[in-house]
Amino acid sequence: MAAISRDEVAHLARLSRLAVTEDELDRFAGQLDVILQAVARVGEAGAGDDIPPTSHSVPLTNVFRDDVVQPSLAQADVLAGAPDAAEGRFRVPRILDEEA
Amino acid sequence: MTTFALPSYDEATSRYEPVIGLETHVELGTNTKMFCGCPTEFGAEPNTQVCPVCLALPGALPVANRAAIEATIRIGLALNCSIAEWCRFARKNYFYPDMPKNFQTSQYDEPLCVDGYVDVEVDGETVRIGIERVHLEEDTGKTLHVGGATGRIHGATESLVDYNRAGIPLVEIVTKPVPGIGAKAPEVAKAYVAELRDILRSLNVSDVRMEQGSLRCDVNTSLNLPGAEWGTRTETKNVNSLRSVERAVRSEIIRQAGLLDAGGSILQETRHFQEDTGDTRPGRSKETATDYRYFPEPDLVPMAPDPAWVAELKAALPELPRVKRARLREEWGVSELDMQSIVNAGAVELIEQTIAAGASAAGARKWWLGELARRANESGQELSMVGATPAQVAELQGLVDAGKINDKLARSVLEGVLAGEGDPAAVMAARGLEVVSDTGALTAAVDDAIAANPDIAAKIRDGKVAAAGALVGAVMKATRGQADAKTVRDLILERLS
Repeated sequence: MAAISRDEVAHLARLSRLAVTEDELDRFAGQLDVILQAVARVGEAGAGDDIPPTSHSVPLTNVFRDDVVQPSLAQADVLAGAPDAAEGRFRVPRILDEEA
Repeated sequence: MTTFALPSYDEATSRYEPVIGLETHVELGTNTKMFCGCPTEFGAEPNTQVCPVCLALPGALPVANRAAIEATIRIGLALNCSIAEWCRFARKNYFYPDMPKNFQTSQYDEPLCVDGYVDVEVDGETVRIGIERVHLEEDTGKTLHVGGATGRIHGATESLVDYNRAGIPLVEIVTKPVPGIGAKAPEVAKAYVAELRDILRSLNVSDVRMEQGSLRCDVNTSLNLPGAEWGTRTETKNVNSLRSVERAVRSEIIRQAGLLDAGGSILQETRHFQEDTGDTRPGRSKETATDYRYFPEPDLVPMAPDPAWVAELKAALPELPRVKRARLREEWGVSELDMQSIVNAGAVELIEQTIAAGASAAGARKWWLGELARRANESGQELSMVGATPAQVAELQGLVDAGKINDKLARSVLEGVLAGEGDPAAVMAARGLEVVSDTGALTAAVDDAIAANPDIAAKIRDGKVAAAGALVGAVMKATRGQADAKTVRDLILERLS
Protein backbone atom coordinates (compact mmCIF):
# COMPACT_ATOMS: atom_id res chain seq x y z
CA MET A 1 0.00 0.00 0.00
CA ALA A 2 1.21 3.47 -0.83
CA ALA A 3 2.58 5.50 2.11
CA ILE A 4 1.18 8.73 0.69
CA SER A 5 -1.81 9.30 -1.54
CA ARG A 6 -2.14 11.64 -4.49
CA ASP A 7 -4.72 13.64 -2.48
CA GLU A 8 -2.31 14.07 0.40
CA VAL A 9 0.35 15.38 -1.94
CA ALA A 10 -2.18 17.86 -3.35
CA HIS A 11 -3.06 18.97 0.21
CA LEU A 12 0.59 19.46 1.13
CA ALA A 13 1.23 21.38 -2.06
CA ARG A 14 -1.62 23.71 -1.24
CA LEU A 15 -0.37 24.24 2.34
CA SER A 16 3.09 24.99 0.95
CA ARG A 17 1.66 27.36 -1.65
CA LEU A 18 3.20 25.32 -4.48
CA ALA A 19 1.46 25.33 -7.84
CA VAL A 20 1.65 21.68 -8.80
CA THR A 21 0.16 20.41 -12.08
CA GLU A 22 -1.94 17.24 -12.38
CA ASP A 23 0.96 15.45 -14.08
CA GLU A 24 3.33 16.53 -11.34
CA LEU A 25 0.95 15.26 -8.68
CA ASP A 26 1.16 11.78 -10.15
CA ARG A 27 4.94 11.94 -10.48
CA PHE A 28 5.61 13.43 -7.01
CA ALA A 29 3.21 11.06 -5.30
CA GLY A 30 5.19 8.16 -6.73
CA GLN A 31 8.56 9.68 -5.81
CA LEU A 32 7.55 10.67 -2.30
CA ASP A 33 6.13 7.21 -1.79
CA VAL A 34 9.49 5.61 -2.53
CA ILE A 35 11.16 7.92 0.01
CA LEU A 36 8.55 7.27 2.70
CA GLN A 37 8.72 3.50 2.14
CA ALA A 38 12.47 3.69 2.63
CA VAL A 39 12.11 5.69 5.84
CA ALA A 40 9.41 3.31 7.05
CA ARG A 41 12.02 0.54 7.19
CA VAL A 42 13.38 2.19 10.34
CA GLY A 43 10.19 1.09 12.03
CA GLU A 44 11.05 -2.52 11.24
CA ALA A 45 14.31 -2.32 13.18
CA GLY A 46 12.51 -3.42 16.32
CA ALA A 47 12.52 -0.10 18.14
CA GLY A 48 9.84 -0.83 20.73
CA ASP A 49 8.34 1.14 23.57
CA ASP A 50 11.53 0.74 25.58
CA ILE A 51 13.41 3.11 23.29
CA PRO A 52 12.30 6.73 23.76
CA PRO A 53 11.99 8.80 20.60
CA THR A 54 15.11 10.81 19.89
CA SER A 55 14.12 14.45 19.73
CA HIS A 56 17.56 15.75 19.05
CA SER A 57 20.87 14.51 17.70
CA VAL A 58 22.63 15.55 20.91
CA PRO A 59 21.20 14.67 24.34
CA LEU A 60 20.99 18.25 25.61
CA THR A 61 18.25 20.00 27.57
CA ASN A 62 17.81 23.46 29.11
CA VAL A 63 20.04 25.53 26.89
CA PHE A 64 18.98 29.01 27.97
CA ARG A 65 20.40 32.49 27.77
CA ASP A 66 20.23 35.32 30.29
CA ASP A 67 17.73 38.11 29.75
CA VAL A 68 20.34 40.65 28.67
CA VAL A 69 19.86 43.01 25.73
CA GLN A 70 22.16 42.56 22.74
CA PRO A 71 22.47 45.09 19.92
CA SER A 72 19.87 44.83 17.16
CA LEU A 73 20.56 45.57 13.50
CA ALA A 74 20.22 49.07 12.08
CA GLN A 75 16.91 49.64 10.33
CA ALA A 76 18.66 50.10 6.98
CA ASP A 77 20.41 46.74 7.40
CA VAL A 78 17.15 45.06 8.40
CA LEU A 79 15.46 46.31 5.25
CA ALA A 80 18.49 45.82 2.99
CA GLY A 81 17.36 42.33 2.00
CA ALA A 82 13.69 43.22 1.65
CA PRO A 83 12.27 43.06 -1.89
CA ASP A 84 10.47 46.32 -1.11
CA ALA A 85 10.15 48.70 1.84
CA ALA A 86 8.26 51.85 2.83
CA GLU A 87 8.10 53.94 6.00
CA GLY A 88 10.76 51.81 7.66
CA ARG A 89 8.66 48.69 7.12
CA PHE A 90 8.69 45.66 4.88
CA ARG A 91 6.26 46.14 2.03
CA VAL A 92 4.36 43.02 1.06
CA PRO A 93 1.58 42.31 -1.45
CA ARG A 94 -2.00 42.29 -0.26
CA ILE A 95 -2.53 39.48 2.17
CA LEU A 96 -6.05 38.25 1.51
CA ASP A 97 -5.59 37.88 -2.23
CA GLU A 98 -6.30 34.19 -2.42
CA GLU A 99 -9.49 34.49 -0.38
CA ALA A 100 -10.92 37.38 -2.39
CA MET B 1 -26.94 36.68 5.33
CA THR B 2 -30.21 35.68 6.92
CA THR B 3 -31.79 38.00 9.40
CA PHE B 4 -33.63 36.75 12.43
CA ALA B 5 -35.28 38.24 15.48
CA LEU B 6 -33.00 38.58 18.49
CA PRO B 7 -34.40 37.51 21.86
CA SER B 8 -33.69 39.46 25.02
CA TYR B 9 -30.79 38.25 27.12
CA ASP B 10 -33.16 36.89 29.77
CA GLU B 11 -35.17 34.99 27.16
CA ALA B 12 -31.97 33.58 25.64
CA THR B 13 -30.62 32.29 28.94
CA SER B 14 -33.99 30.92 30.03
CA ARG B 15 -34.04 28.62 26.98
CA TYR B 16 -30.36 27.79 26.49
CA GLU B 17 -27.38 26.97 28.66
CA PRO B 18 -24.13 28.67 27.70
CA VAL B 19 -20.69 27.09 27.88
CA ILE B 20 -17.74 29.45 27.69
CA GLY B 21 -13.99 29.08 27.34
CA LEU B 22 -11.25 31.68 27.29
CA GLU B 23 -7.87 31.91 25.63
CA THR B 24 -5.71 34.68 26.95
CA HIS B 25 -2.41 35.88 25.53
CA VAL B 26 -0.01 37.73 27.80
CA GLU B 27 3.10 39.53 26.60
CA LEU B 28 5.80 38.98 29.18
CA GLY B 29 7.70 41.98 30.48
CA THR B 30 11.17 40.54 29.89
CA ASN B 31 14.03 42.82 28.80
CA THR B 32 14.65 40.80 25.68
CA LYS B 33 12.77 38.69 23.18
CA MET B 34 12.04 34.99 23.54
CA PHE B 35 14.83 33.64 21.37
CA CYS B 36 17.28 36.50 20.88
CA GLY B 37 18.70 39.50 22.73
CA CYS B 38 16.63 42.18 20.96
CA PRO B 39 14.95 44.65 23.32
CA THR B 40 11.18 44.60 23.80
CA GLU B 41 10.35 48.22 24.50
CA PHE B 42 6.97 49.43 23.25
CA GLY B 43 6.81 52.25 20.71
CA ALA B 44 10.27 52.12 19.13
CA GLU B 45 10.84 53.14 15.50
CA PRO B 46 9.76 50.28 13.19
CA ASN B 47 12.24 47.48 12.59
CA THR B 48 14.88 48.82 14.98
CA GLN B 49 14.54 45.97 17.52
CA VAL B 50 15.22 43.25 15.01
CA CYS B 51 18.17 40.91 14.42
CA PRO B 52 19.07 37.94 12.22
CA VAL B 53 17.15 35.57 14.55
CA CYS B 54 13.96 37.70 14.31
CA LEU B 55 14.35 37.77 10.54
CA ALA B 56 15.18 34.06 10.25
CA LEU B 57 18.27 34.85 8.21
CA PRO B 58 20.13 31.72 7.11
CA GLY B 59 22.30 30.32 9.89
CA ALA B 60 20.66 32.33 12.69
CA LEU B 61 19.88 30.14 15.69
CA PRO B 62 17.41 30.83 18.50
CA VAL B 63 18.30 30.39 22.19
CA ALA B 64 15.48 30.44 24.76
CA ASN B 65 15.25 33.23 27.33
CA ARG B 66 15.54 31.79 30.85
CA ALA B 67 13.58 34.66 32.38
CA ALA B 68 10.61 33.95 30.08
CA ILE B 69 10.59 30.28 30.98
CA GLU B 70 10.81 31.14 34.67
CA ALA B 71 7.90 33.60 34.32
CA THR B 72 5.78 30.98 32.54
CA ILE B 73 6.47 28.38 35.24
CA ARG B 74 5.53 30.93 37.92
CA ILE B 75 2.28 31.70 36.08
CA GLY B 76 1.56 27.96 35.89
CA LEU B 77 2.24 27.52 39.60
CA ALA B 78 0.04 30.50 40.51
CA LEU B 79 -2.75 28.87 38.47
CA ASN B 80 -2.31 25.57 40.34
CA CYS B 81 -0.92 23.78 37.29
CA SER B 82 1.47 20.86 37.09
CA ILE B 83 4.78 21.77 35.49
CA ALA B 84 6.00 19.48 32.72
CA GLU B 85 9.13 17.53 33.56
CA TRP B 86 10.12 17.57 29.91
CA CYS B 87 8.68 19.48 26.98
CA ARG B 88 9.55 21.04 23.67
CA PHE B 89 8.88 23.97 21.44
CA ALA B 90 7.14 23.30 18.14
CA ARG B 91 6.91 25.04 14.81
CA LYS B 92 3.46 26.25 13.85
CA ASN B 93 3.66 26.62 10.09
CA TYR B 94 1.58 29.15 8.21
CA PHE B 95 1.86 31.65 5.38
CA TYR B 96 1.34 35.16 6.64
CA PRO B 97 3.93 37.90 6.57
CA ASP B 98 3.69 38.72 10.29
CA MET B 99 6.44 36.13 10.86
CA PRO B 100 9.40 36.19 8.48
CA LYS B 101 10.16 32.56 9.30
CA ASN B 102 6.84 31.34 7.88
CA PHE B 103 6.28 29.69 11.22
CA GLN B 104 5.72 30.76 14.79
CA THR B 105 7.72 29.02 17.49
CA SER B 106 5.10 27.79 19.93
CA GLN B 107 4.26 24.70 21.95
CA TYR B 108 1.87 22.07 20.71
CA ASP B 109 1.19 18.80 22.51
CA GLU B 110 3.79 19.40 25.23
CA PRO B 111 2.91 22.64 27.03
CA LEU B 112 5.05 23.81 29.94
CA CYS B 113 2.12 23.84 32.41
CA VAL B 114 -1.11 21.80 32.46
CA ASP B 115 -4.23 21.10 34.42
CA GLY B 116 -4.74 23.90 36.92
CA TYR B 117 -7.59 26.08 38.12
CA VAL B 118 -8.45 29.53 39.34
CA ASP B 119 -11.34 30.46 41.64
CA VAL B 120 -13.33 33.61 40.98
CA GLU B 121 -16.10 35.30 42.95
CA VAL B 122 -19.33 36.22 41.20
CA ASP B 123 -22.32 37.45 43.20
CA GLY B 124 -20.80 36.09 46.39
CA GLU B 125 -20.41 32.64 44.88
CA THR B 126 -17.13 30.94 44.06
CA VAL B 127 -16.80 29.60 40.52
CA ARG B 128 -13.84 27.34 39.77
CA ILE B 129 -12.42 27.82 36.27
CA GLY B 130 -10.29 24.89 35.08
CA ILE B 131 -7.03 25.71 33.33
CA GLU B 132 -6.28 23.39 30.44
CA ARG B 133 -2.77 24.59 29.69
CA VAL B 134 -0.27 27.41 29.88
CA HIS B 135 2.31 27.48 27.13
CA LEU B 136 5.05 29.71 25.85
CA GLU B 137 5.34 31.08 22.32
CA GLU B 138 6.48 34.21 20.54
CA ASP B 139 4.47 37.21 19.45
CA THR B 140 4.17 38.12 15.78
CA GLY B 141 5.03 41.30 13.89
CA LYS B 142 2.65 44.18 13.34
CA THR B 143 1.06 44.64 9.93
CA LEU B 144 -0.25 47.93 8.67
CA HIS B 145 -2.76 47.54 5.86
CA VAL B 146 -2.70 50.32 3.31
CA GLY B 147 -4.90 51.13 0.35
CA GLY B 148 -8.11 50.00 2.07
CA ALA B 149 -10.69 52.44 3.31
CA THR B 150 -10.14 52.14 7.03
CA GLY B 151 -6.77 50.50 7.57
CA ARG B 152 -8.56 47.16 7.71
CA ILE B 153 -7.27 44.11 5.97
CA HIS B 154 -10.25 43.97 3.63
CA GLY B 155 -9.76 46.09 0.56
CA ALA B 156 -6.09 46.72 1.35
CA THR B 157 -3.79 46.80 -1.66
CA GLU B 158 -0.62 46.08 0.28
CA SER B 159 0.68 45.70 3.81
CA LEU B 160 3.64 47.19 5.68
CA VAL B 161 5.28 45.03 8.31
CA ASP B 162 7.20 45.96 11.46
CA TYR B 163 8.98 43.08 13.20
CA ASN B 164 9.80 44.83 16.50
CA ARG B 165 7.06 42.82 18.23
CA ALA B 166 7.97 39.57 16.44
CA GLY B 167 9.64 37.29 18.97
CA ILE B 168 8.46 38.95 22.19
CA PRO B 169 7.64 36.16 24.66
CA LEU B 170 3.93 35.45 24.71
CA VAL B 171 2.19 33.17 27.19
CA GLU B 172 -1.08 31.55 26.18
CA ILE B 173 -3.44 30.54 28.97
CA VAL B 174 -6.34 28.31 27.94
CA THR B 175 -9.26 27.45 30.21
CA LYS B 176 -11.22 24.24 30.15
CA PRO B 177 -14.83 24.70 29.00
CA VAL B 178 -16.91 26.28 31.77
CA PRO B 179 -20.48 24.91 31.84
CA GLY B 180 -23.26 25.31 34.42
CA ILE B 181 -23.02 29.04 34.98
CA GLY B 182 -26.22 29.98 33.13
CA ALA B 183 -27.04 33.65 32.81
CA LYS B 184 -23.94 34.55 34.82
CA ALA B 185 -21.64 33.53 31.94
CA PRO B 186 -20.69 37.09 30.90
CA GLU B 187 -19.88 38.07 34.49
CA VAL B 188 -17.89 34.89 35.07
CA ALA B 189 -15.86 35.56 31.92
CA LYS B 190 -15.14 39.10 33.07
CA ALA B 191 -14.32 38.02 36.63
CA TYR B 192 -11.92 35.39 35.31
CA VAL B 193 -10.00 37.83 33.12
CA ALA B 194 -9.90 40.36 35.97
CA GLU B 195 -8.61 37.71 38.39
CA LEU B 196 -6.05 36.51 35.86
CA ARG B 197 -4.88 40.08 35.31
CA ASP B 198 -4.52 40.60 39.07
CA ILE B 199 -2.58 37.35 39.44
CA LEU B 200 -0.24 38.27 36.57
CA ARG B 201 0.25 41.70 38.06
CA SER B 202 1.07 40.28 41.48
CA LEU B 203 3.64 37.99 39.84
CA ASN B 204 5.17 41.04 38.15
CA VAL B 205 5.60 39.16 34.85
CA SER B 206 3.73 41.57 32.58
CA ASP B 207 2.34 45.07 32.65
CA VAL B 208 -1.04 43.49 31.66
CA ARG B 209 -2.28 46.54 29.78
CA MET B 210 -5.30 45.42 27.77
CA GLU B 211 -5.46 48.72 25.90
CA GLN B 212 -1.84 48.32 24.76
CA GLY B 213 -2.36 44.72 23.79
CA SER B 214 -0.09 43.14 26.39
CA LEU B 215 -3.14 41.16 27.60
CA ARG B 216 -5.44 39.92 24.84
CA CYS B 217 -8.47 37.73 25.08
CA ASP B 218 -10.39 35.35 22.81
CA VAL B 219 -13.74 34.15 24.06
CA ASN B 220 -15.39 30.88 23.03
CA THR B 221 -19.14 30.62 23.44
CA SER B 222 -21.67 27.88 22.71
CA LEU B 223 -25.28 27.25 23.66
CA ASN B 224 -27.19 24.05 24.27
CA LEU B 225 -30.69 23.10 25.34
CA PRO B 226 -30.88 21.97 28.98
CA GLY B 227 -29.68 18.39 29.23
CA ALA B 228 -28.51 18.29 25.63
CA GLU B 229 -24.94 17.99 24.38
CA TRP B 230 -22.83 21.13 24.15
CA GLY B 231 -23.43 23.16 21.03
CA THR B 232 -21.05 24.33 18.33
CA ARG B 233 -18.81 27.09 19.61
CA THR B 234 -17.70 30.32 18.04
CA GLU B 235 -14.47 32.09 18.88
CA THR B 236 -14.65 35.85 19.37
CA LYS B 237 -11.38 37.71 18.92
CA ASN B 238 -10.40 41.33 19.39
CA VAL B 239 -11.76 41.59 22.94
CA ASN B 240 -9.58 44.26 24.48
CA SER B 241 -11.09 45.37 27.78
CA LEU B 242 -12.74 43.75 30.78
CA ARG B 243 -16.01 45.36 29.86
CA SER B 244 -15.71 44.02 26.31
CA VAL B 245 -15.22 40.48 27.62
CA GLU B 246 -18.58 40.73 29.35
CA ARG B 247 -20.31 42.38 26.39
CA ALA B 248 -18.86 39.91 23.88
CA VAL B 249 -20.21 36.86 25.72
CA ARG B 250 -23.57 38.52 26.24
CA SER B 251 -24.07 39.56 22.64
CA GLU B 252 -22.86 36.20 21.33
CA ILE B 253 -25.37 34.40 23.59
CA ILE B 254 -28.18 36.58 22.23
CA ARG B 255 -27.06 36.14 18.62
CA GLN B 256 -26.73 32.37 18.87
CA ALA B 257 -30.08 32.05 20.68
CA GLY B 258 -31.78 34.06 17.93
CA LEU B 259 -30.22 31.87 15.27
CA LEU B 260 -31.19 28.65 17.08
CA ASP B 261 -34.72 29.94 17.74
CA ALA B 262 -35.09 30.51 14.01
CA GLY B 263 -34.13 26.89 13.36
CA GLY B 264 -30.64 27.78 12.18
CA SER B 265 -27.40 26.15 13.20
CA ILE B 266 -24.24 27.69 14.60
CA LEU B 267 -21.24 27.82 12.32
CA GLN B 268 -17.90 27.06 13.93
CA GLU B 269 -16.12 30.27 13.06
CA THR B 270 -13.93 33.11 14.23
CA ARG B 271 -15.86 36.30 14.95
CA HIS B 272 -14.60 39.77 15.74
CA PHE B 273 -15.87 41.89 18.60
CA GLN B 274 -17.00 45.37 17.58
CA GLU B 275 -16.07 47.87 20.26
CA ASP B 276 -18.56 50.50 19.01
CA THR B 277 -21.71 48.38 18.74
CA GLY B 278 -20.84 45.70 21.29
CA ASP B 279 -21.74 42.83 18.96
CA THR B 280 -19.68 40.31 17.04
CA ARG B 281 -19.24 39.96 13.29
CA PRO B 282 -17.87 37.09 11.27
CA GLY B 283 -14.14 37.29 10.64
CA ARG B 284 -12.38 36.12 7.52
CA SER B 285 -13.36 32.57 6.69
CA LYS B 286 -10.74 30.27 8.16
CA GLU B 287 -8.29 28.56 5.88
CA THR B 288 -10.03 25.26 5.17
CA ALA B 289 -9.57 23.23 8.35
CA THR B 290 -6.53 24.86 9.91
CA ASP B 291 -3.53 22.67 9.29
CA TYR B 292 -0.40 24.08 10.83
CA ARG B 293 1.76 20.99 10.36
CA TYR B 294 3.19 21.32 13.86
CA PHE B 295 6.46 19.55 14.47
CA PRO B 296 9.14 19.78 17.19
CA GLU B 297 11.44 22.76 16.67
CA PRO B 298 14.82 21.23 15.72
CA ASP B 299 16.76 24.42 16.47
CA LEU B 300 15.89 24.36 20.18
CA VAL B 301 16.69 21.61 22.63
CA PRO B 302 13.98 20.29 24.98
CA MET B 303 13.22 21.95 28.31
CA ALA B 304 13.39 19.85 31.46
CA PRO B 305 12.79 22.21 34.39
CA ASP B 306 14.69 20.94 37.42
CA PRO B 307 12.09 19.97 40.07
CA ALA B 308 14.23 21.72 42.70
CA TRP B 309 14.06 24.94 40.68
CA VAL B 310 10.28 24.60 40.29
CA ALA B 311 9.93 23.99 44.05
CA GLU B 312 12.03 27.08 44.71
CA LEU B 313 9.86 29.19 42.40
CA LYS B 314 6.73 27.84 44.07
CA ALA B 315 8.00 28.68 47.52
CA ALA B 316 8.86 32.19 46.40
CA LEU B 317 5.44 32.98 44.86
CA PRO B 318 4.01 36.24 46.19
CA GLU B 319 0.78 36.42 48.14
CA LEU B 320 -1.88 35.84 45.47
CA PRO B 321 -4.72 38.33 45.02
CA ARG B 322 -7.43 36.08 46.47
CA VAL B 323 -5.49 35.47 49.66
CA LYS B 324 -4.45 39.09 49.83
CA ARG B 325 -8.04 40.25 49.46
CA ALA B 326 -9.15 38.06 52.34
CA ARG B 327 -6.37 39.49 54.50
CA LEU B 328 -7.12 43.10 53.56
CA ARG B 329 -10.85 42.57 54.12
CA GLU B 330 -10.01 41.53 57.64
CA GLU B 331 -7.60 44.43 58.19
CA TRP B 332 -9.91 47.03 56.75
CA GLY B 333 -12.93 45.64 58.53
CA VAL B 334 -15.19 45.62 55.46
CA SER B 335 -17.95 43.21 54.52
CA GLU B 336 -17.60 40.62 51.75
CA LEU B 337 -19.93 42.69 49.60
CA ASP B 338 -17.98 45.92 50.16
CA MET B 339 -14.76 44.10 49.35
CA GLN B 340 -16.36 42.87 46.13
CA SER B 341 -17.20 46.40 45.09
CA ILE B 342 -13.65 47.49 45.92
CA VAL B 343 -12.35 44.70 43.70
CA ASN B 344 -14.83 45.48 40.92
CA ALA B 345 -13.82 49.13 41.00
CA GLY B 346 -10.16 48.11 40.61
CA ALA B 347 -9.42 49.88 43.90
CA VAL B 348 -7.65 47.23 46.00
CA GLU B 349 -4.09 48.38 45.34
CA LEU B 350 -5.08 52.03 45.29
CA ILE B 351 -6.71 51.84 48.71
CA GLU B 352 -3.84 49.76 50.06
CA GLN B 353 -1.32 52.34 48.90
CA THR B 354 -3.44 55.19 50.21
CA ILE B 355 -3.49 53.57 53.63
CA ALA B 356 0.25 52.99 53.41
CA ALA B 357 0.59 56.72 52.72
CA GLY B 358 -1.10 57.47 56.01
CA ALA B 359 -4.89 57.50 55.47
CA SER B 360 -7.38 55.48 57.47
CA ALA B 361 -9.11 52.56 55.72
CA ALA B 362 -12.44 54.38 55.83
CA GLY B 363 -10.94 57.61 54.52
CA ALA B 364 -9.18 55.86 51.64
CA ARG B 365 -12.31 53.93 50.70
CA LYS B 366 -14.47 57.04 50.85
CA TRP B 367 -12.51 58.81 48.10
CA TRP B 368 -11.68 55.89 45.81
CA LEU B 369 -15.18 54.41 45.84
CA GLY B 370 -16.96 57.76 46.00
CA GLU B 371 -15.90 60.85 44.11
CA LEU B 372 -13.04 59.20 42.19
CA ALA B 373 -15.02 56.11 41.15
CA ARG B 374 -17.81 58.39 39.96
CA ARG B 375 -15.40 60.39 37.81
CA ALA B 376 -13.75 57.24 36.42
CA ASN B 377 -17.18 55.91 35.47
CA GLU B 378 -18.17 59.15 33.82
CA SER B 379 -15.05 59.29 31.69
CA GLY B 380 -14.93 55.53 31.07
CA GLN B 381 -11.43 55.33 32.55
CA GLU B 382 -9.80 52.80 34.80
CA LEU B 383 -9.74 54.09 38.36
CA SER B 384 -5.94 54.03 38.40
CA MET B 385 -5.90 56.38 35.39
CA VAL B 386 -8.31 58.92 36.83
CA GLY B 387 -5.56 61.40 37.68
CA ALA B 388 -5.06 61.25 41.46
CA THR B 389 -2.34 59.21 43.15
CA PRO B 390 -2.76 57.28 46.42
CA ALA B 391 -0.32 59.74 48.04
CA GLN B 392 -2.50 62.67 46.98
CA VAL B 393 -5.65 61.00 48.29
CA ALA B 394 -3.92 60.32 51.60
CA GLU B 395 -2.81 63.96 51.77
CA LEU B 396 -6.34 65.11 50.99
CA GLN B 397 -7.85 63.00 53.75
CA GLY B 398 -5.07 64.19 56.05
CA LEU B 399 -6.22 67.79 55.51
CA VAL B 400 -9.78 66.76 56.39
CA ASP B 401 -8.65 64.86 59.48
CA ALA B 402 -6.61 67.87 60.62
CA GLY B 403 -9.73 70.03 60.34
CA LYS B 404 -8.19 72.25 57.67
CA ILE B 405 -10.94 71.49 55.18
CA ASN B 406 -14.31 69.82 55.43
CA ASP B 407 -15.55 67.16 53.00
CA LYS B 408 -17.23 69.71 50.79
CA LEU B 409 -14.09 71.81 50.44
CA ALA B 410 -12.09 68.64 50.00
CA ARG B 411 -14.10 67.88 46.87
CA SER B 412 -13.07 71.25 45.43
CA VAL B 413 -9.46 70.52 46.36
CA LEU B 414 -9.73 67.15 44.62
CA GLU B 415 -11.12 68.86 41.55
CA GLY B 416 -8.00 71.02 41.48
CA VAL B 417 -5.75 67.98 41.90
CA LEU B 418 -7.48 66.21 39.00
CA ALA B 419 -7.15 69.37 36.91
CA GLY B 420 -3.41 69.16 37.40
CA GLU B 421 -3.09 72.11 39.76
CA GLY B 422 -0.76 70.24 42.09
CA ASP B 423 -0.91 68.33 45.36
CA PRO B 424 -3.86 68.84 47.75
CA ALA B 425 -2.13 71.24 50.19
CA ALA B 426 -0.91 73.38 47.30
CA VAL B 427 -4.34 73.40 45.66
CA MET B 428 -5.99 74.29 48.98
CA ALA B 429 -3.64 77.24 49.42
CA ALA B 430 -3.85 78.39 45.80
CA ARG B 431 -7.63 78.22 45.71
CA GLY B 432 -7.93 79.75 49.17
CA LEU B 433 -10.04 76.88 50.40
CA GLU B 434 -8.64 76.43 53.87
CA VAL B 435 -11.22 76.33 56.61
CA VAL B 436 -11.22 79.51 58.66
CA SER B 437 -9.60 78.16 61.79
CA ASP B 438 -8.31 81.52 62.89
CA THR B 439 -10.45 81.83 66.04
CA GLY B 440 -10.29 85.60 65.97
CA ALA B 441 -11.89 85.79 62.53
CA LEU B 442 -14.38 83.08 63.43
CA THR B 443 -15.33 84.73 66.73
CA ALA B 444 -15.94 87.96 64.86
CA ALA B 445 -18.20 86.15 62.38
CA VAL B 446 -20.03 84.46 65.26
CA ASP B 447 -20.50 87.75 67.08
CA ASP B 448 -21.82 89.34 63.86
CA ALA B 449 -24.32 86.51 63.46
CA ILE B 450 -25.49 86.85 67.08
CA ALA B 451 -25.89 90.58 66.72
CA ALA B 452 -27.82 90.20 63.47
CA ASN B 453 -30.19 87.58 64.93
CA PRO B 454 -31.14 88.71 68.46
CA ASP B 455 -34.34 86.55 68.51
CA ILE B 456 -32.48 83.37 67.82
CA ALA B 457 -29.72 84.31 70.26
CA ALA B 458 -32.35 84.79 72.96
CA LYS B 459 -33.84 81.35 72.30
CA ILE B 460 -30.42 79.74 72.65
CA ARG B 461 -29.79 81.61 75.87
CA ASP B 462 -33.11 80.13 77.08
CA GLY B 463 -31.70 76.66 76.45
CA LYS B 464 -33.17 75.96 73.01
CA VAL B 465 -29.86 74.63 71.72
CA ALA B 466 -31.42 73.30 68.51
CA ALA B 467 -31.89 76.88 67.32
CA ALA B 468 -28.09 77.18 67.01
CA GLY B 469 -28.38 75.63 63.54
CA ALA B 470 -29.65 78.86 62.06
CA LEU B 471 -26.70 80.80 63.45
CA VAL B 472 -24.26 78.16 62.24
CA GLY B 473 -25.78 78.58 58.76
CA ALA B 474 -25.29 82.32 58.92
CA VAL B 475 -21.65 81.96 59.94
CA MET B 476 -20.98 79.38 57.24
CA LYS B 477 -22.50 81.75 54.70
CA ALA B 478 -20.36 84.60 55.95
CA THR B 479 -17.20 82.50 55.69
CA ARG B 480 -18.22 81.12 52.28
CA GLY B 481 -18.38 77.60 53.64
CA GLN B 482 -14.80 77.64 54.77
CA ALA B 483 -15.50 77.20 58.48
CA ASP B 484 -15.74 73.94 60.33
CA ALA B 485 -19.40 73.64 61.26
CA LYS B 486 -18.74 71.90 64.57
CA THR B 487 -16.24 74.52 65.69
CA VAL B 488 -18.72 77.26 64.80
CA ARG B 489 -21.48 75.57 66.76
CA ASP B 490 -19.23 75.13 69.79
CA LEU B 491 -18.25 78.78 69.61
CA ILE B 492 -21.87 79.96 69.41
CA LEU B 493 -22.92 77.86 72.38
CA GLU B 494 -19.90 79.09 74.34
CA ARG B 495 -20.78 82.75 73.63
CA LEU B 496 -24.42 82.30 74.58
CA SER B 497 -24.07 80.08 77.64
